[in-house]
Amino acid sequence: MEYTPRELMVVCAARQIRDGERVFVGMRLPLLAFALAKRTHAPHCVGIFETGLIRDTPARELLYTMGDAPNICGALWATSTISVIGLMAAGEIELGFIGGAEIDRYGNLNTSLIGDWRQPRVRLPGSGGGADIASLAQRLAIIMPHERHRLRERVDFVTSPGYGYPDEHGPAGVAWRQRVGLPRGGPAVLITTLAVFTFDPTTGEALLQSYHPGSSIEQVQEQTGWPLRLAPDCAETVPPTPEELRVIRECDPHGVWTS
Amino acid sequence: MSKLLSMTEAIRRYVHDGASIALGLALEPCIPFAAGHEIIRQGRRNLTLIGPISDILFDQLIGAGCVAKIQAAWVGNVSEGLGHCYRRATEQAQPRPIVTEDHSNFSIGLALRAASLGAPFIPTRSLLGSDLPRKNPTFLQTTSPFDGSPLLLVPALQPDLTILHVQRSDEDGNAHLWGSLGICQEAMLAARQVIIVAEEIVAREVIISDPNRVIGPSYKVCAVVHEPWGAHPSAVQGYYDRDHQFYHEYHTRTRTPEGFQQWLEEWVLGLSTRQEYLAKLGEARRGTLTVKEHRYAAPVDYGY
Repeated sequence: MEYTPRELMVVCAARQIRDGERVFVGMRLPLLAFALAKRTHAPHCVGIFETGLIRDTPARELLYTMGDAPNICGALWATSTISVIGLMAAGEIELGFIGGAEIDRYGNLNTSLIGDWRQPRVRLPGSGGGADIASLAQRLAIIMPHERHRLRERVDFVTSPGYGYPDEHGPAGVAWRQRVGLPRGGPAVLITTLAVFTFDPTTGEALLQSYHPGSSIEQVQEQTGWPLRLAPDCAETVPPTPEELRVIRECDPHGVWTS
Repeated sequence: MSKLLSMTEAIRRYVHDGASIALGLALEPCIPFAAGHEIIRQGRRNLTLIGPISDILFDQLIGAGCVAKIQAAWVGNVSEGLGHCYRRATEQAQPRPIVTEDHSNFSIGLALRAASLGAPFIPTRSLLGSDLPRKNPTFLQTTSPFDGSPLLLVPALQPDLTILHVQRSDEDGNAHLWGSLGICQEAMLAARQVIIVAEEIVAREVIISDPNRVIGPSYKVCAVVHEPWGAHPSAVQGYYDRDHQFYHEYHTRTRTPEGFQQWLEEWVLGLSTRQEYLAKLGEARRGTLTVKEHRYAAPVDYGY
């Protein structure tokens, strides 16, 4: 069965959601990933949205933004942004999704600016809730297009902290997060248009976990700005099942987010 | 006492050059576009805009030259991406330079919450290890006096004015807002003054029949404006949906300064009131956005 790269990304994202988990759902593809997980392997997961919403059913219609009316109909709780991010600050949210313009080998994400932060060459929209999700969720899933200028050795500005950098006080990874005062979390997975990366918590480095069908390790390396390290069981990404594609297309019949 | 004013009069009296104004606080819904457009028409300057993710109203105010400073988590076009006017202002100082103090959605909410509590700051662990504290010099990184762990102190932020678009209000500014609330309540409680823009003006009895749905105390409200469809193209739950196409058209047309100027002439400067805007929008387009299937909440018994 034919599918688009974004449909495969939605499937990879949905597979990160375990049944019963509380998931901080981001814009665009994560909205579909949450709906897909709910309707397949994770019927008991709960979605939390930064506008101030909690729901345990997917919205009945395609969402363009989290604040769209169908997302409020049938919600479990419609409250404030502070209340829901506060739950995440208290450690109660297992998984958070974000995207970014740039990422580096340690999973640090930039959504703020390109160039010198005092006089940026390109001004991007900024953090939104991204920095909060990266700081406070127990696990972080990152979704973004795979292009060499986006997957860089080092990002220009850290909007959303991943595993930091090695410095005179110690290595990157979980140790870095603890040094700067982030009590938990860090990137668990990076899902791109070409591949899926996991992270080595000790060094904080991205590991190529799988390359999508039609791609290869060489092609992924060509589009990645750091020398790849492979996960021991690196293999081809498992393609979507017909059932997964059926659900995605039911949720996004005109391919607004997936074409 | 009735605080009802026309939009023109409310903005004339309460929005001053150099003021700090919080708006767009429910994130994507209930954005007070009608109020923002009147601010542009009246040519206010040197404003500070405060908000969480801010959809295209911030971009419009920036492009129109009203803004000197931004204290926000995100500035752009939510369903389309970048805000072209924001980019031109920060990258090329056009039409004028702006200062940005970057926040996250949580930190901007905490800053307003702190002001609403009379607290000088609220500590958080969010943003530690990011570059945001470097870019926003109002943040202070320190350690907890209790256990020595790293902390970020977010200082209180008190807007001169908060503008809220709500479903309904009485003439005194006792207002009901429902749906997801974003940081509306924090911004209302933090502000020195509040303008309420309402889809409907209702009797006081309607509001006090359901006090849990009131967004904040009406004594903070300086003006109430009755402006149906005043939040278009954003959504108002129970009244109309988000006009996604409008955001798309704005994104396409404002890529160049000339394109933005034409857009601004067509949708803001060339129209003197919201009624003219709605006539231009047309009944057919409004018809596609109005609520098709009502979903009323169960009545609540406050009896005793």
